Amino acid sequence: MIRYLLEKEFKQFGRNKFLPRLVVGFPILVLLIFPLVANFDVKNINLSILDYDKSSYSQQLIQKIQASGYFRITHISENYNQSLLEVESDDSDVILEIPSAFEKSVSSVESGRLMISANAVNGNKGGLGSAYLLSIINDFNEEIRAEILNSGSRFRAPLFEIISIYRYNAALLYEIYMVPALIAMVITMICSFLPAMNIVLEKQNGTIEQMNVTPVTRLNFIISKLTPYWVVGYIAITSSLIVADLVWGLKMQGALTTFYLFITIYVLTMSGFGLVISNYAATIQQAMLMTFFFVLTFIFMSGLYTPIENMPDWAQILSYFSPLRYIMQVMRMIFLKGSSFVELLPQFLALAGMALFFNSWAVYSYRKTSE
Amino acid sequence: MRQFLVFTKKEFYHILRDRWTMIILILMPIVMVILFGFGISTEIRNARVAVYDPSNDQATQGVVDRLSTSEYFTITEYPKVPEDIKTMFKRGKISLAVVFGEKFYENLVHTGEAQVLLIADGSDPNTASTLTSYASRIIMQYQMELLGFENIPMQINTEIKLLYNPTMKSAYNIVPGVMGMVLMLICAMMTSVSIAKEKELGTMEVILVSPMPPILIILSKVVPYFVISVVNFTNVLLLAVFLLEVPVNGSLLLLYFVSIVFIFVALALGLMISSVAEKQIVALLMSAMGLLMPTVMLSGVMFPIENMPIILQGIAQIIPAKWYIEIIRAVMIKGLGISGIVKELTVLFFMSFVLIAISLKRFKIRLE
Repeated sequence: MIRYLLEKEFKQFGRNKFLPRLVVGFPILVLLIFPLVANFDVKNINLSILDYDKSSYSQQLIQKIQASGYFRITHISENYNQSLLEVESDDSDVILEIPSAFEKSVSSVESGRLMISANAVNGNKGGLGSAYLLSIINDFNEEIRAEILNSGSRFRAPLFEIISIYRYNAALLYEIYMVPALIAMVITMICSFLPAMNIVLEKQNGTIEQMNVTPVTRLNFIISKLTPYWVVGYIAITSSLIVADLVWGLKMQGALTTFYLFITIYVLTMSGFGLVISNYAATIQQAMLMTFFFVLTFIFMSGLYTPIENMPDWAQILSYFSPLRYIMQVMRMIFLKGSSFVELLPQFLALAGMALFFNSWAVYSYRKTSE
Repeated sequence: MRQFLVFTKKEFYHILRDRWTMIILILMPIVMVILFGFGISTEIRNARVAVYDPSNDQATQGVVDRLSTSEYFTITEYPKVPEDIKTMFKRGKISLAVVFGEKFYENLVHTGEAQVLLIADGSDPNTASTLTSYASRIIMQYQMELLGFENIPMQINTEIKLLYNPTMKSAYNIVPGVMGMVLMLICAMMTSVSIAKEKELGTMEVILVSPMPPILIILSKVVPYFVISVVNFTNVLLLAVFLLEVPVNGSLLLLYFVSIVFIFVALALGLMISSVAEKQIVALLMSAMGLLMPTVMLSGVMFPIENMPIILQGIAQIIPAKWYIEIIRAVMIKGLGISGIVKELTVLFFMSFVLIAISLKRFKIRLE
């Protein structure tokens, strides 16, 4: 019996004008365009400089800032209001204020003062922008100190030497961080929400009544609905791996088997979730709204954009209930760090538990009787 | 006029009697604001750190103390051998490792140089560079205290002032974005779907043969969503002010005015889609893929526009939500008046006129 059902579903899938194109096009489109869009690199920070000093030090500092490559100097003046106006109109992100007598106070073995004002409406840019600027100023500080001290006295201050190393993504490329997470997104869309829509469509068209009066069991019906999407899901995943490799040069550090194992358990989880939605929604419109709401919530609670540790405690607890949280972590860890299955066991258990939960709920809430 | 009211009433019943749709329409924006406003934070907090300290002397103790008392870091692991650090990274247990050299204080005093190694999990680039920069700042500060200020001459002290958002709350960034997204979702998506539904069910035919002028038919379809949008906007605003403590620095009147203009734009877009789409599912997919996705991706809510390739930056310019969100940010958070948003407002007005004109012209009063 299930053979015929499957045949029907595959035929229905293949004869749809839109779906096959969506399934092939979607992963490629997402993986090609999204990494270009979802780029939180903080580069090209627009900097407005107020140079009241106009000394050789201030000139050197400005040159050093320019050479760093992070900043684009939009404006050098002595007019604070002008600079503030630029920040208001979003033409500048950060203002650096060099007070008069800056050089004099630094070189006279006292301390000089600088002032950074950053537009923090976009916290990321404001925060990182001022951090970058600060580290440039510190470098500059070291340089002039070394210059003066070497030429003058023999005095040398004992210093900590701080070396920073970035593991797993040494060049700090944002795409490399995003691509594994996007693969998880692709599988979420294809394997959970499309089958849910499919079942709701049968409800809305009334054809589910016909299914309900046949001897087809609930399990067979559900499996026949899900299988086509699982098959295309795996094709989509494999094609996104190829895109990740060819376009973004991202080679998987971990084992391919671990990767597919996690994909499988995740697909089970999200299919179950999609089924739950399809059991409660009566129309496509409702299903879409619910889907949109949950997916957005899951995504935001998953740490896709900002690390989970940054969240307030209650939100961190909530994030444990987002299946995407685990799969995001796992994808990034397998791709970038080459973590093994044993190292990812907690995530695997969490996903397995969720798969069990959603699928039991789906079976429980599915009724062959109509209301 | 009476006819019109009757039709509007009918549309309200349509929405109010669909429990799920109603719940989602009113609740979703509220939950979105709360989750996103509180949940998303670019501010580093409690980053987990491993410390490998073979010297365990006065200076390293001092550094570790400083790191653990700062709100940015929580020291969770003390590996016995440096090799353990690698496993910790692989299990995702830490985001930063601090490794001291041997005989740290001794080296510092005798040779004048001692090494601290900061190893960050670079897979998340921004967090990694923020963490290392915070950690170095804390270590430098401690170094100054340890060695005494007078030993380090020619110090440049830098004071950092964060304008508009001194506590670096992400809500300041998110709230305007959620407003744009919610209004776009409700006006455009719901309008287009509700008209497509009448077409699909065949009830559009009944309405079109009524003596009502077609323009009033459209208006009656649009009015309920307009009302719901204004209610939602008010909800989001109230939550933002009282719960998330995002200030309204500019004029409230101006905020409402701009939002109403934007609602018109979104409604016109919804009407345009409904004039093409004959089926609900088509209308949904068109508004989701054609409106919602670009709004989320390209409006600058989540992803900075200036980092995008030039083509996408160009596309971003024709997205109404981009302009709307810029205005909301300027008025609400920066507290600018109408003079600060002339350009954005003009663009939004222009868009609304063009879109309303097109959508009214394209609305078909004949059945095919």
